[in-house]
Amino acid sequence: MSNKSKELLLEMKNIHIDGFSDERWHKILKGVDLTLYRGEILGLIGESGAGKSTMGKAAMGYTQPGCKIVRGEINFNGIDLAKLTEFEKRKIWGTKISYVAQSAAASFNPAHRLMDQTISAANRLKLNPTDALKKDAVQLYESLQLPDAENIGDRYPHQVSGGQLQRIMTAMAMSPRPELIIFDEPTTALDVTTQVEVLSAMRSIVDKFNTAAIYITHDLAVVAQMADRIKVLRYGEEVEEAETRDMLSNPKEEYTKSLWSVRSLIKPEETNQDYILSIKNIDAAYGSSKVLHNVSIDIPKGKTVAIVGESGSGKSTTARVITGLLPQIKGEIIFDGKKLSPKLEQRSKEELRKIQIIFQMPDTAMNPRQTVDEIIGRPIEFYQGIKGKEREAKVIELLKMIELDETFLDRLPSELSGGQKQRICIARALAANPDLIICDEVTSALDQIVQEGILKLLQKLQKELGVTYIFITHDIATVKAISDEIVVMYQGEVVEQGLKSKILNPPHPDYTELLLSSVPEMDPDWLTNLLNKRSS
Amino acid sequence: MRLTLGLVTVFAFSVIIFSTFSFLPGDFATEILGQSATKSAVKALRAELGLDKPPVTRYFDWLGNVFQGDFGSSFSGRSKVQGDQGDRSREVVGLIIPRLKNTLFLTGVAAMLAIPLSLILGISAALYRNSYYDRSATGVSLVTVSSPEFFTAYIFILLLATLFPVFPTISTVDETTTLVERFYRTALPVFTLTLITMGHMMRMTRSAIINILSSEYIEMAKLSGASRYEVVVKHALPNAWAPISQVIAINLAYMLIGSVVVEYVFNYQGIGRLMVGSVYNRDLPVVQACALIFASTYVILNLIADLIGIISNPRLLYPK
Repeated sequence: MSNKSKELLLEMKNIHIDGFSDERWHKILKGVDLTLYRGEILGLIGESGAGKSTMGKAAMGYTQPGCKIVRGEINFNGIDLAKLTEFEKRKIWGTKISYVAQSAAASFNPAHRLMDQTISAANRLKLNPTDALKKDAVQLYESLQLPDAENIGDRYPHQVSGGQLQRIMTAMAMSPRPELIIFDEPTTALDVTTQVEVLSAMRSIVDKFNTAAIYITHDLAVVAQMADRIKVLRYGEEVEEAETRDMLSNPKEEYTKSLWSVRSLIKPEETNQDYILSIKNIDAAYGSSKVLHNVSIDIPKGKTVAIVGESGSGKSTTARVITGLLPQIKGEIIFDGKKLSPKLEQRSKEELRKIQIIFQMPDTAMNPRQTVDEIIGRPIEFYQGIKGKEREAKVIELLKMIELDETFLDRLPSELSGGQKQRICIARALAANPDLIICDEVTSALDQIVQEGILKLLQKLQKELGVTYIFITHDIATVKAISDEIVVMYQGEVVEQGLKSKILNPPHPDYTELLLSSVPEMDPDWLTNLLNKRSS
Repeated sequence: MRLTLGLVTVFAFSVIIFSTFSFLPGDFATEILGQSATKSAVKALRAELGLDKPPVTRYFDWLGNVFQGDFGSSFSGRSKVQGDQGDRSREVVGLIIPRLKNTLFLTGVAAMLAIPLSLILGISAALYRNSYYDRSATGVSLVTVSSPEFFTAYIFILLLATLFPVFPTISTVDETTTLVERFYRTALPVFTLTLITMGHMMRMTRSAIINILSSEYIEMAKLSGASRYEVVVKHALPNAWAPISQVIAINLAYMLIGSVVVEYVFNYQGIGRLMVGSVYNRDLPVVQACALIFASTYVILNLIADLIGIISNPRLLYPK
């Protein structure tokens, strides 16, 4: 932005970083440059494995255990951090350059109070007495709009919510008044409605103290709200760099355009009154805490119903009730015109076969010691009694359906990429020849481009096989891309259910309005406009 | 909750202890009266000792008395000569307490040596992970853990009593022994107990801390400029107390049980020796009392460890 000085703060030149894994050294960064001026925010975006996090940490002269800086200069205020010893760098870390991590819940020490952690780095400087630092921290909490700023510091990390922790971590980073803050995916683990609050709090405080920042994320819409300039990384190399507005209106590289391709995927909606599954007035509880209240949902045959909501809204619990993993305490499930028994053990094999589920984390959903052949072959054998040569032919047929081939038969899950793993999980669900597949956040752990591939595959399979999907997600872009109908859930209750066009267009119930308006858009002024609108 | 669970455990132990010893082959009456004793003499002695009652009755009689602090009378103190009416039987409690004090002294000294040493060694090994220091410390500790206590004891005797006669091989003490003299005489059994438990405690401390060192909040601490020492002591250690205290509890209990062998080797007048001797004599009340003490110590130590685990964890101490 024009009012910011052009005084150089950080200049990284030709950074090469290698990482050691699987018994050999890999190149993580292959010669990336980066310049940052005082008071400026640079957005660093890319998919997982692009090296953006490594680059962010390298800006501090830090590499994770098992990584090393092979070549390059990191000039911070005229000092080359790459040449400093650990001891010298520690004087800069936390005080001149501070770091805000992705998962605040995991990054706070569970054994210490929040206030002690907030001021620990500033305390190390010994410039101000502890009391003054505490007072300052309370002021920071206030300007980050934390509730009960006076006392929240006396709590332990487990006693406050994720969104609050992320803001406290920002206060912690700001406490020693650093010259540079590295934000490493600070809102990725948050719900959209919380994300808005955290983003605006971080933006205003960075603005207030004119601190320079590097903002790392995979979400282009988020970075558009925060950054003055955006740099795109891929495979450890720079793809392009431009002012935020230029980048959004006119991305030069094909790759940059593809980063928001999912958002352009839209499915025409269709529905019918022939319900394959109806759940009626379901209550469910974990132990004594009730999590579902009178939930009723109808799923039309051969269509896709997206269940959206934030964490804790009960969407995954609904899936567990449908599959019988968590028997409901009240209400009934009608599947294919027949009542399903609440308990898994009391359902027939045929009933089990017809409802399959695909999970969010393909890594943990597959037995790491089984080959692809075993993973897909077992449900074929179990449900359809097909064995030997016939079974193998069936497995290969399924692999082809998910756009893989027989060369994958003998591979273990560890030898597959994230997207391939999720495809195998889809094939495993298809192997039972089900009528209904529940997809529980199946694309959340995947990169944008891979997401697009999986969503397209699911649509193709629906067209070919007529299978019905329940698609559980918190991501509105995914909902637009795949669903016919939408169910909005909030705190264990159904807010509304209806056709996609009806739910996504006004008028909305209050919660739906809040949820939809919180989804970041590819417009650098989106956050500003939203905050203005909400405060008016 | 944990307390009741502990009590139930002790109770279950008492059943096991009692039934095991009751079903042991051999019988005190035949043992002291000899093979040639008449049936009526054996019967009379059994009646006098209450051995003729059914086991269940005997168990509840015994348990009831134990609750009142009465562990019964030792079998072996009574007269072996029939017709001698003078009651020379000894109370088990009176027999055990001085021995228990001796054992607690021995294990207490060993614990005071072993716990700080293994914590310091474990923490420093974690601090300088994969250094030569770390490797040799973990290597040596593996050797000490794997050696049986009698073997360690004899090595100490060989080194510190025979080759370099610094300490005595026999650790006999009585009420008149002064404290300094006690320390001197019990040096070798203390060393043995220290060595056999230290390895395990040190290794577990090290691995508990290393485990925590890979968590995200440790990286965060490093990135906020914390020194190596600060990272380990201020950030890792407070989160490691729960596993460490568990290991210490197990090892203290192991130390107490290990003292059975060690006391025997060094002829130390502790509860372990008493128990071995009583098993030999089929002196059931004493054996049962010793076993029950061992079992309760184990339970109490574990309770303390659980308590430390709770106190050191704010998540359990301060609810949401």
